[in-house]
Amino acid sequence: MKYQVVIGLEVHTQLTTNTKIFCGCSTRFGAEPNSQTCPVCLGLPGALPVLNRQVVEYAIRAGLATNCSITKRNVFARKNYFYPDLPKGYQISQFDLPICQHGHLDIEVEGEKKRIGITRIHMEEDAGKLVHADIPGVDDSCVDLNRACTPLLEIVSEPDMRSPDEAIAYLKKLHQIVMYLGICDGNLEEGSFRCDANVSLMPVGSTVFGTRAELKNINSFKFIKQAIEYEIERQAEILDDGGKVVQETRLFDPNTGTTRSMRGKEEAHDYRYFPDPDLVPVIISDDWIEKVRGGLPELPETKRARFMSELGLSEYDAEVLVASRELAQYFEDTVALFPQAKTVSNWVMGEVTRALNDDNNRSIAQCPVTPALLADLLKLMEKGTISGKIAKTVFDEMYKTGKTPEKIVEEKGLVQVSDTGAIEAMVDEVLEKNAGQVAEYRGGKETLFGFFVGQVMRASKGKANPAVVNELLLKKLQG
Amino acid sequence: MEIFDLTIHELHEKLKAKEVSSVEATRAMLDRIEAVDSQVNAYITVTPEQALVQAEDADRRIAAGEIAPLTGIPVGLKDIFVTKGIRTTCGSRILENFVPPYDGTAVARLKEQGAVIVGKLNQDEFAMGSSNESSYFGPCKNPWDLSCTPGGSSGGSAAAIAARTATATLGTDTGGSIRQPASHCGCVGLKPTYGRVSRYGVIAYASSLDQVGPLTRDVTDSALLLGAVAGYDPRDSTSVNTPVPDYLASLAKGVKGMKIGLPKQYFIEGLDPDVKRAMDEAIALYQSLGADIREVSLPNTEYAVATYYIIATAEASANLARYDGVRFGHRAEDARGLAQMYSKSRAEGFGPEVKRRIMLGTYALSSGYYDAYYVKAQKVRTLIQQDFLNAFKEVDVLLTPIAPTPAFKIAEKLEDPLQMYLSDIFTIPVNLAGTCGISVPAGFSAAGLPIGLQLVGKPFGEQEILTAAYSFERETKWHLKKAPL
Amino acid sequence: MKITREQVEHVARLARLELSEAELDTFTGQMDSILSYVEKLNALDTEGIVPTSHAVPMENAFRADEATGSIGVEAALANAPLRAESFFRVPKVIE
Repeated sequence: MKYQVVIGLEVHTQLTTNTKIFCGCSTRFGAEPNSQTCPVCLGLPGALPVLNRQVVEYAIRAGLATNCSITKRNVFARKNYFYPDLPKGYQISQFDLPICQHGHLDIEVEGEKKRIGITRIHMEEDAGKLVHADIPGVDDSCVDLNRACTPLLEIVSEPDMRSPDEAIAYLKKLHQIVMYLGICDGNLEEGSFRCDANVSLMPVGSTVFGTRAELKNINSFKFIKQAIEYEIERQAEILDDGGKVVQETRLFDPNTGTTRSMRGKEEAHDYRYFPDPDLVPVIISDDWIEKVRGGLPELPETKRARFMSELGLSEYDAEVLVASRELAQYFEDTVALFPQAKTVSNWVMGEVTRALNDDNNRSIAQCPVTPALLADLLKLMEKGTISGKIAKTVFDEMYKTGKTPEKIVEEKGLVQVSDTGAIEAMVDEVLEKNAGQVAEYRGGKETLFGFFVGQVMRASKGKANPAVVNELLLKKLQG
Repeated sequence: MEIFDLTIHELHEKLKAKEVSSVEATRAMLDRIEAVDSQVNAYITVTPEQALVQAEDADRRIAAGEIAPLTGIPVGLKDIFVTKGIRTTCGSRILENFVPPYDGTAVARLKEQGAVIVGKLNQDEFAMGSSNESSYFGPCKNPWDLSCTPGGSSGGSAAAIAARTATATLGTDTGGSIRQPASHCGCVGLKPTYGRVSRYGVIAYASSLDQVGPLTRDVTDSALLLGAVAGYDPRDSTSVNTPVPDYLASLAKGVKGMKIGLPKQYFIEGLDPDVKRAMDEAIALYQSLGADIREVSLPNTEYAVATYYIIATAEASANLARYDGVRFGHRAEDARGLAQMYSKSRAEGFGPEVKRRIMLGTYALSSGYYDAYYVKAQKVRTLIQQDFLNAFKEVDVLLTPIAPTPAFKIAEKLEDPLQMYLSDIFTIPVNLAGTCGISVPAGFSAAGLPIGLQLVGKPFGEQEILTAAYSFERETKWHLKKAPL
Repeated sequence: MKITREQVEHVARLARLELSEAELDTFTGQMDSILSYVEKLNALDTEGIVPTSHAVPMENAFRADEATGSIGVEAALANAPLRAESFFRVPKVIE
């Protein structure tokens, strides 16, 4: 490859406020078209916007979590363009004074750490949706304004990424952070976390960026990779043929994995930004910033480090557990009741995760086995009441029924048998039935030991204490 | 004295004393509209059914002893005020059939007091004009001389007072649109300080300049109606959260010792001799009442019109982008494709003055011109505002003419927009400075046309200008003269 | 000349106004004379002057994040020139 790709990302995150940014309509997804509208978000004559304070609060959170400086005096501007999903004929956004500037995020790709600059974060309103509704006899486009005026943060990175993998690492990191902050639900399919990518090529070794294309409509981590890879190929071909890349907006088509030009639609745009006279400046005091800072949750990076240093987890385990705030919380809540971090971590990453995955990727917050129940189960195991193997059976039952482990153990008679007399009887029976294998073992085929253990455990229906079984078998076989 | 001749406070006394009912007063007003409005064309929409229902309701409240100053009073609204269930056109074809689903704040406050809304008044299209000639619903005529314009843009609101087809009206003032027609029609018109009255539910022309205000028969009514609609509104971010004083309480304080400034840039060559004479007489009267008259300077006055036409048109170009034929308003029937739907609907829906201002504003904001025009104008606005703040360090109130001439003939200035714009030279600076001004009847021209006097106050100095206006009115009685209709 | 006919055409496109040839001519002349008049602002030195967007100083007007209710689908669509079920309907948009 003789070209170096240069990637900058613009992410639109929809904020999880109850109401829209400039009016009191609900932001709930999936309601009947146009049912969540009012004079303000319909852009009716005479209606005026009033800023939802929570949006500012969320924007400050995002800025602090991404190491940005917070702008003291914020002004909203009108971005003028006509489109049927834009009720007022302008979008209220921020232009020359975005609320957050000059931040960064650290990413890691194949063991290599890298810092990605964040140019700016600004607040703005979303547009509505233009859909081709499946209505008989209607070939027109249809407009649903439920989404119009919902709050967005646009997070713009520096063109610091040099591979699709770096772009994905950055996006995943950002996604994780906004979810941790509780400001975005992170739902890519519903469009709560949308990404546009600016992609250009330059000769390897050059420091002068090439002409970029802006890729739109990318709504999954998988597609971002596809879109960028396709774009690298496309631009490289043009450059190889001695052509010039045109600066333009290109739409990603997830069906074909390709991008296509939107030039036809984009006639000379001149957004004519100017300060919105219907809104007043937002002044953010140091007090306000410090208050928000004080309320920030522990972010994944800090949490991971703490899990390693305080709880002695491996880097891998720590990384997996901090993947989401809810998972980390579940882990920590369990550890608080059963302070053996390693065991808890194994269970959370093992049984708990598997059960949730098998259950339609149910979220950890909705796991029927709560941290308290899981801790109870682990305590039973620790006391020797049940074996590790039985514990897994009990866990599955707990997941299905929501019952306490004690109740399940009692109902199903799963208490571990540690009584030497009872186990000895079973051992004797197994050795007697398998005289041939006993002879082989004694003749030197020691690998058969596992076979005897298995037979005894089966006879006990898994309830025999494995340590006792081992001890007795060894004694009898050698004897 | 007919019922329709009465002021708010006079009719209020009669309603309170049960000498007359609100239904009677409303019927009298509707009959008067029926009788004379075909000559004046002050109304775009008359709402007799709703008005009578409101009047009956008002009478019930009065019977229950719950009378507020505006209960049962027939009022008219400039058609820029959004009214729930009542067509609201803003004088434009593009909103010819628009029936809003909500009431604006000022309208809601009037309704809370039990005022009776008799109809929606004519105006320049989207409040863009100084003569009411840009209305899609035909020009409104000046009741003092039907061949003259009533001024604008709140022409219908002023003409209805002069024609006695409303007891009081509300208008809006962006560059003089309340004060200038009030002056031309011989009534009292007050533009409050920016932020004093909510703009929620007022169709926007230029958002940083628009302000709602009363047009009334006398100064007392002006104080009353302002008091009813003024005050903080959480639905308007630019509404100011300071208490509303009792404007009536300070009316009769007198002007003895009040420092009144005469901005020298407003008393220039080219002032119509009748206007000049009326100003001289007013100054002499104030002097005789014990006011302290001084000359002051507003050095950047000559830049006001240019500044205004950049800022107002730029804001308007964005404010009027929502008229796109998608959610409401006119849509061209034969448009092919989206692009044509926009450009044809807007071309058919807007009149020439509105198009001209949208074009001018779009240009002023466009790439490469923004700094030269818009930012420059905003900086000059700062200088103009400073002029006023400096003047108000020396005086309490400014006294100026409202317009260089009395009402002009219909069609006289239509061909030359710039000349029309320049006639607003004395009112525009007040909007740019964001402060308050009132127009009070101050005599008549040789041809019998009313001449208004402007009193300009400090920001939130409505009390001072009302006091000064009241003293003048009490001495002169110009407001009692009736248009020959 | 402060503005050319071509510029006026461009501005009309930006503003989504279909203008006739006659309107373009008239507006070119009128805008030219108005912009020439506006030129007078350049006589003023505004170096270092802070632009004013609102004459009355204001800041931090917020609302709480509490639902105040919507007006309902029928009210929302009542003035629509064309609708389809619960949608506003516009000529087909090709992306």
